[in-house]
Amino acid sequence: MLSESSSFLKGVMLGSIFCALITMLGHIRVGRGNRMHHHMHHHLQAPNKEDISRISEDERMELSKSFRVYCIILVKPKDVSLWAAVKETWTKHCDKAEFFSSENVKVFESINMETNDMWLMMRKAYKYAFDKYRDQYNWYFLACPSTFAIIENLKYFLLKKDPSQPFYLGHTIKSGELEYVSVEGGIVLSIESMKRLNSLLSNPETCPEQGGMIWKISEDKQLAVCLKYAGVFAENAEDSEGKDVFNTKTIGVFIKEAMNNQPNQIVEGCCSDMAVTFNGLTPNQMHVMMYGVYRLRAFGHVFNDALVFLPPNGSDND
Amino acid sequence: MASKSWLNFLTFLCGSAIGFVLCSQLFSFMLGEQDNTQPNILHNDPHAKHSDDNGQNHLEGQMNFNADASQHKDENTHIAERLYQKVRILCWVMTGPQNLEKKAKHVKATWAQRCNKVLFMSSEENKDFPAVGLKTREGRDQLYWKTIKAFQYVYDHYLEDADWFMKADDDTYVILDNLRWLLSKYNPEQPIYFGRRFKPYVKQGYMSGGAGYVLSKEALKRFVEAFKTDKCTHSSSIEDLALGRCMEVIHVEAGDSRDNTGKETFHPFVPEHHLIKGFLPRTFWYWNYNYYPPIEGPGCCSDLAVSFHYVDPTTMYELEYLIYHLRPYGYLYRYQPALPANNLKELSQAYKSEDSKVKSETLERKT
Repeated sequence: MLSESSSFLKGVMLGSIFCALITMLGHIRVGRGNRMHHHMHHHLQAPNKEDISRISEDERMELSKSFRVYCIILVKPKDVSLWAAVKETWTKHCDKAEFFSSENVKVFESINMETNDMWLMMRKAYKYAFDKYRDQYNWYFLACPSTFAIIENLKYFLLKKDPSQPFYLGHTIKSGELEYVSVEGGIVLSIESMKRLNSLLSNPETCPEQGGMIWKISEDKQLAVCLKYAGVFAENAEDSEGKDVFNTKTIGVFIKEAMNNQPNQIVEGCCSDMAVTFNGLTPNQMHVMMYGVYRLRAFGHVFNDALVFLPPNGSDND
Repeated sequence: MASKSWLNFLTFLCGSAIGFVLCSQLFSFMLGEQDNTQPNILHNDPHAKHSDDNGQNHLEGQMNFNADASQHKDENTHIAERLYQKVRILCWVMTGPQNLEKKAKHVKATWAQRCNKVLFMSSEENKDFPAVGLKTREGRDQLYWKTIKAFQYVYDHYLEDADWFMKADDDTYVILDNLRWLLSKYNPEQPIYFGRRFKPYVKQGYMSGGAGYVLSKEALKRFVEAFKTDKCTHSSSIEDLALGRCMEVIHVEAGDSRDNTGKETFHPFVPEHHLIKGFLPRTFWYWNYNYYPPIEGPGCCSDLAVSFHYVDPTTMYELEYLIYHLRPYGYLYRYQPALPANNLKELSQAYKSEDSKVKSETLERKT
């Protein structure tokens, strides 16, 4: 009896030690791929509701100005009408927006990347932006010309995020083992991620210019592979209800889907109130969004926000 | 001896299995805790889950401002609620049996909920929808007759339940909050009506049917009276024009519904048609019909627009989302119409005076 209980106890001890070992090991190995735990993000404390009412207008202004967003829009000559629309609409709300084109286009000011390859364009654009603006902007937002972005909501989303941490945010897609941010929904990188990315760009092993062997890998996947080597992992951006804030479709598409799938909760099932991007818009739809987002509203609904953003100078459509 | 050591071994194995399981449970519990010890869940935190809304004082019933609570946690609807009580609007929606499920349903699911009272007017009654049966035929040539009968019905049953009476189509989207803001400057005892003003045929102009129009209580009374006394004709194939002619005959004023920067609030088309320069060709009838100089581009439309027309079901929900849900956080809108709560008090006192028209003009100059 005694020997049995002692062997039982020995068994328990051994089992626990074994389990502990495995858990530790698993943590260290899995840690790299594990989403939330090992990004070492500081979630900066945002002011709570009572504090907001006590924060002065000046302090809110200060806080709002601490987010400096540089927008990169990759364009090609075929996108001219979208390019024009984007230029006249949402990009006016970036702290700075620059257009990176595959080749020079008359009438439209842009930075010539001198290549038709999207991944090469993206790399060069990131390098250019980092080299020139690393001290001026703490967040870098890359978009296609078919995307509409609400930069104020982007800044709100970034409210508790420390840019000296490696953030890589947007609408994520999982492709096999790789989780990457879809370029269609817009890609957000913190300055730390930019730093790490740029240190790798010259390394052909971690960040090759020619992605796939047989067929081309899309530029957003390539970016993810590159960033992964630097310890930067994609995170899906969601609001407090779990709704995506970066969207790869238009509002109309979401509404039509909701009309089919949840006809009793169409608007509720659509999209986040704090959505940052929608994709797939026509130039006309961009102008309508400008009106619908920045102007059209219901009188008598007032919000007490922690941030304050002024309309940009010299603009009449917002 | 062999069996005993075999038993020992078995016990040992059992023990290790149990130890392993217990330990892994403990670890996952501990690590789970670690997940939850985030910094304090704060307001405006895009990541965190919010606790339930702590009762804001909003009206129950037809109006449901806080339909999805947590997204609207920081929303203060006090002014909108006060206007809801002070500027009572009865909406009636022109529809028909074949459009109840196709179109009227989406009106009912969106903006109609914000009317103080809403009625769906059809040629035949539908108890389930519900829709009022006007006992007419259907068809474009019946529109004016349906309009007369609809207003008659409203007059007979709901005259004292509202101050203003809005007519809309089942493809019109109406922003009730902005309509109340517009009407709050006027007295329902005045004979006046508002809409998108057109200039041809009627000296003081008439209001576009599709963009919707709203009658004051006095205007409604005079309109219904006019048919009893044959002041106005009963038949016409053009509803809005006929109504506009009648209004002029009975001395109901065609009001100016533009905002104080001169931008139109009632719109006969969807936003895209007005906002995009060149969308409506220069030869289009619209350019000659508008009472005030027509504008395309951003100057076409007030921030506080009241209505859009030719709105299909998908666009109904899109507008609902854009107006009542999506917003640019922290943005200080360029157009800031001032009407803080104490102004409402000022306005209600103004209503009490006899010469309310002069008073409201004075107030307009002030704001």
